[in-house]
Amino acid sequence: MSSILTHSPALVMALPLLAAFLTPVVGRFNRKILGWFISVILGLTLGITILMAIQILTNGSMIYVFGGSEAGLTLPSGYTVPIRIIFHIDAMGIFMGLITAVVSFLAAIYSLSFMQKESGLEKYYALLLLLATGMFGMEFTGDIFNFFVFLEIASISSVALIAFRSTLSGEPAEAGYKYMVVSSISALMVLFAVGLFYGQYDVLNMATIASVMQFTQLDKIALILLVTVLSMKAGSVPMHMWTPDAYSEAPAAITMVLVAASQASLYALFRVSFSLYNISLNTVTIGWIIIILGVLSMFIGVTMAIIQKDIKRLMAYHAISQTGYMLLGVGVGLAVLANPVALDSFGIKAMEGSIFHIMNHAMYKGLLFLTAGALFYRTGTRDLNKMGGLANNMFYTTIFFIIGAAAIAGIPPFNGFASKLIIYESVYKFNPLLSIIAMLVSILTLASFVKVFHSAFLGPKLEQYKKVQEVPKSMLFAMATLACIIVLFGLFPDVIVKNLVHPAVMALINQTNYTATILGGI
Amino acid sequence: MKNEMSRIVRTVTTLIYGFIIVYGFYVIAHGHLTPGGGFQGGAIAASAFALLVVTYGDQGVKDFLKKDILSLVESTGLVLFIAFAFFGLGVTFFYNFMANSGGLFGNSAIIGINPGDLNTGGIIPIMNIAVGLEVLAALGVIILTMSVGSKNTKKKENS
Amino acid sequence: MIGNFPYIAVAILIGLGVYTLIFKKNLIKIAIGITLIESGANLFLITLGYRKGAVAPIYTQAPEGMTMVLPTPQALTLTSIVIGVATTALILSIAMIIYKKYGTINTDEVRRLKE
Repeated sequence: MSSILTHSPALVMALPLLAAFLTPVVGRFNRKILGWFISVILGLTLGITILMAIQILTNGSMIYVFGGSEAGLTLPSGYTVPIRIIFHIDAMGIFMGLITAVVSFLAAIYSLSFMQKESGLEKYYALLLLLATGMFGMEFTGDIFNFFVFLEIASISSVALIAFRSTLSGEPAEAGYKYMVVSSISALMVLFAVGLFYGQYDVLNMATIASVMQFTQLDKIALILLVTVLSMKAGSVPMHMWTPDAYSEAPAAITMVLVAASQASLYALFRVSFSLYNISLNTVTIGWIIIILGVLSMFIGVTMAIIQKDIKRLMAYHAISQTGYMLLGVGVGLAVLANPVALDSFGIKAMEGSIFHIMNHAMYKGLLFLTAGALFYRTGTRDLNKMGGLANNMFYTTIFFIIGAAAIAGIPPFNGFASKLIIYESVYKFNPLLSIIAMLVSILTLASFVKVFHSAFLGPKLEQYKKVQEVPKSMLFAMATLACIIVLFGLFPDVIVKNLVHPAVMALINQTNYTATILGGI
Repeated sequence: MKNEMSRIVRTVTTLIYGFIIVYGFYVIAHGHLTPGGGFQGGAIAASAFALLVVTYGDQGVKDFLKKDILSLVESTGLVLFIAFAFFGLGVTFFYNFMANSGGLFGNSAIIGINPGDLNTGGIIPIMNIAVGLEVLAALGVIILTMSVGSKNTKKKENS
Repeated sequence: MIGNFPYIAVAILIGLGVYTLIFKKNLIKIAIGITLIESGANLFLITLGYRKGAVAPIYTQAPEGMTMVLPTPQALTLTSIVIGVATTALILSIAMIIYKKYGTINTDEVRRLKE
């Protein structure tokens, strides 16, 4: 058992990879057990991630050296810099890892019945496992070129999954093409920034770069490149054009995993600005840039969402707007990073609100996309004008949609209220205007989801939907799990904030802890 | 409808196809001594498949290059690669447990200028061979699929 | 000054790639633009490792008494080229599917997903 714990960073990344390579072999022999095999593997991964989370939150960060003579040995004999690929997992990394593990496990369970009638299923499951591997690698790695490799693995698998249904009509292929161009440019600019770091400092390990960083002109160029392209991958305005197309044309379970993948890029943005640079850069300027991106995303996302007719496109614009909340809170925290008085009074609280919002957003946005998928599975359409009166036929889906819509609008006692309240209070102390814009956006969010609820669910029974029944049990199980998590987080937010979110925020702010774990006090 | 190339091209292809495959495997096997390795050698060997598709058309190679067998070779290469990574889990993931051990590929590596010894390297040559098989098969499948798919576009242009 | 030629070539390649991405309207030309940017980034990585008057970093049959260039950027560039092959194959396959479904590969007409 303890050996599983020592090797757990590599196991969590490598177990989906092994299963992805075995999937064509298993699919050739027996097609029916393929879905169950994938669900078992992702369930095992979830279990190992929870064990690793308990270990990290009680004992501190974990390190794993690939190919070294011992798992915790970072500096080999005779060298003063780490030379191997090191996975460095602190509280923020395992926070994102928990989100990824839960979301991919529920996507596999949902796909058991959702994708049953489609062909080419072994390719779908292999790509889903590769996407999970890429996301775990992005969140756990401590080496900046390794981050680029995992970013490309996740991008290529998600493009292939978005374009999965293109045998029926051409729109998924168009959405996949747009997303491929955007993610190629982002990844190549990340590679350029990696080259800039390597050319100056001769190391690739993030902690070592952080300890020897002098803020030269080339480092400024690398910072601008990384902030721009990582927020482009996360889907913030003004680079958000790919988000509605990609989220609406992908299969519903994949959209849930894509939301978590966009948040992994957001995590990388935070890691670069807090742990690589920290206070050596002019935090007020970069903080205000991130705040402006956040406010633009919030406002433009929700105003474009109200006029949509396609249910998944509407939810995708809301995903852009909620990403704005996360950028707003962390931007406030970054802007006051050099100011210890302000940091203690409201900076840490703003960052706690945003990082709690990351987990809440993955849960309730995933639930909303899964209910949209359930509606598409039974009625065959995504157009709100054609749907109506489905609350009579699909009872459980209606309940889950109400829970998800109340959570995103910020109504107590669901988890959206908890994180949004923390963001409102702390951002108000920084600048009152930003907090008022955030509250306005929340009201508009509630308005658009009332519109969706009314069009899709309320009203008399329609003729063409007389035979529509409830969705199969595996889809209900996935939606029920997310709904339970939403209600639990909403009822006991202080437990989650104290045990999961606060260590993550302190791990981001203290750069010395991050470097001292690798370099061992040098 | 067979759209083959002329007799000169077909004769040269028959003569040269074997040499390209052997050269590709040479680059794969000597990856730890000279420039090359898994991906490069696999790409060279896959260019032999491209030569066949260009010379004989995709109807002519249908009996010689089958997609199922290439897919099976690709899965073999991938599973071999990740299995050898898991075998080192006694120490760490990806640990080179065969280096300096005296068995297969087990001689100690000579540091400094030397005429290369093929028997060194541990699990590195085995992983090179696995990656080479995988790249060879994957690029072959890509070439076959794209050549079949481009028939659709040719029909639209001529109509 | 003459040692800066590779960096000028990197700037020209990436500039041409970005120009192709923004101003050309054919889907295949956009894919070529992405390949140009990727070639520029790879050239940048290789040039970082150069040391003056050094030879290739291979121990087998190496010449005596000379320094070697850095081998790490060569490993980084190789990984990036492999990723570039996968990206190009995928993006060209998607362009072929778009041609089959839409009948055109002009980006002005491939616009069914609006606003």
